[in-house]
Amino acid sequence: MVMTLDELPRGDRAVVTGLEIRGGARRRLMDLGLLPGAAVHAELTSPLGDPTAYEVRGALVVLRRDQARAVHVEAHPDDEDR
Amino acid sequence: MATPLPTPGVGPGAGEACASCALAPDAARLARLGLDPGRYSYVVALAGNPNTGKSTVFNALTGLRQHVGNWAGKTVARAEGGFSYGGVGYRIVDLPGTYSLLSTSADEDVARDVLLFGRPDVTVVVVDATRLERNLPLVLQVRQITGRVVVALNLVDEARRHGITVDVRHLTRELGVPVVATAARRGEGLSDLLAAIEQVATADDPPAPLRLTHHDPELERAVSALAQQVAARFPSLPNTRWVALRLLEGDPGIEAAVRDGTLGDLAAPTTDTAAEAAG
Repeated sequence: MVMTLDELPRGDRAVVTGLEIRGGARRRLMDLGLLPGAAVHAELTSPLGDPTAYEVRGALVVLRRDQARAVHVEAHPDDEDR
Repeated sequence: MATPLPTPGVGPGAGEACASCALAPDAARLARLGLDPGRYSYVVALAGNPNTGKSTVFNALTGLRQHVGNWAGKTVARAEGGFSYGGVGYRIVDLPGTYSLLSTSADEDVARDVLLFGRPDVTVVVVDATRLERNLPLVLQVRQITGRVVVALNLVDEARRHGITVDVRHLTRELGVPVVATAARRGEGLSDLLAAIEQVATADDPPAPLRLTHHDPELERAVSALAQQVAARFPSLPNTRWVALRLLEGDPGIEAAVRDGTLGDLAAPTTDTAAEAAG
């Protein structure tokens, strides 16, 4: 299923398909490892659901909701029917 | 048995840093010169992501025990030291840990400026073998600036514990520069690292900077056209395509360097870059 990263339920996995953001913010996300093909795992959410910590390529990356919204992902097939 | 180190005569205190010979990678050839590199022939820059053991490599080579780190905010600085290997003096500059050379943070600017304008004879990129995928983008970015690169595949001991094996030969072939497996904490691989540094420092014909081809024909045209102009203005510059791409991105640091001509300077490695950035 295609969605944006902020919609990925906690505990679920997905693969990055694209970034809908430009300029320095795009660069930063790419530098943090959020490139197309990268596997992400929604790991921890703060009480209000924002920000959320994602595991990306062996590191924990914390994103605000509006940043996560710029990241297009495809949910991992094993996690889809939950 | 205590084997006295030969004193290469490149500065006071040469060779006295062998208090921990277990860590001495190649006692016959390495003399740690601490803070004072004395007269040096080559400059080595140490780059890498945060927490890859960069400073451990730095300390192992120089014999320094400093805790080197924390480049937060404006207190951007660089650690420098020296060592002598095979009787030749090396000055070594420990750069701030960065994920990238392209984002706009003071740390990344320092790292990038040293690589671009300081033109070190060798850039050692220290990468974390347990998180190789996360570390490789920086290697690629450095490779686009220079071919005089050695990759220190560090923390291989930890990787082994996690059941991770890295195909060093394959990686060397793919990157076009030497890759050396190290566990700097234990001194493992440091003699190979020193040999690789020496080899790259003395290479007459280093690999060319990595050239990425752009699949967007419009972008490719723009980069090529601009790169030609950059090459005409700065004939000695090895990485004109990289510079062209930064100009197209509107990178203010590179724009300034083109405008005032510092891009073409073959000046001695920057002692002042960090001070200016911190100022």
